[in-house]
Amino acid sequence: MARLIDRETVRQMVKDGAQLVEVLPKEEYAEDHLPGAVSHPLKQLDEEAGELDPNRPVIVYCWDSA
Amino acid sequence: MAPRAAARLETLGFDNVREYRAGKLDWLAAGLPTEGENNNCPRAGDASRKDVIVCGLKDRIGEVRGRATAAGVDLAVVVDDERVVLGMLWSKQLELDPDLMAEKVMRPGPSTYRPYVPIKEMADHLVEHDHDSAPITTSDGKLVGVLYKSDAIRLAASATACVRKMIT
Repeated sequence: MARLIDRETVRQMVKDGAQLVEVLPKEEYAEDHLPGAVSHPLKQLDEEAGELDPNRPVIVYCWDSA
Repeated sequence: MAPRAAARLETLGFDNVREYRAGKLDWLAAGLPTEGENNNCPRAGDASRKDVIVCGLKDRIGEVRGRATAAGVDLAVVVDDERVVLGMLWSKQLELDPDLMAEKVMRPGPSTYRPYVPIKEMADHLVEHDHDSAPITTSDGKLVGVLYKSDAIRLAASATACVRKMIT
């Protein structure tokens, strides 16, 4: 099970090379996303996961905890 | 959504997956920068007026009214020592007995809005709820400014509606 991280850890991990992935629909990503994040909506994750580097940490996020 | 995405990535063979569960809302609420189309239009915090008349709970209405009148505004925000919003003095309250303390006449617990809300959504909300203005605060309640409906409508005229609604 993925470990939960907070905002500061996100910033540090991204600085250290982690991949930041927004899983919301692409329209929401287009409006606002965290700096450096890429868009891989949950519904398309199966097809697009190959674009991620399995050798680097991956951080996923959406809107909030809901 | 993020928990399911994290779980799916793990089943696909990714063994170093983390989840930022507080998500984009937490990031925005912290005032951190984002990228995207919303950066091309003002947000509630940008458009709010910062030269707001503020007062403490024990301030007298007459003194507050004097400052508001001199500034050409018809409202004041009641705050604590850390500028946390406690109440509002609208024109109706400012016209009351000048010797009354703000605490006795303020409208407590006003609805507040976050600085990151896009101006189009704010304008629509103020029109829909027939509010002439609204206090803009950080997520811990500290006053950023007051957004006037007239300002919001003017700035929203060239803004597009957003997919994600940010007023909760």
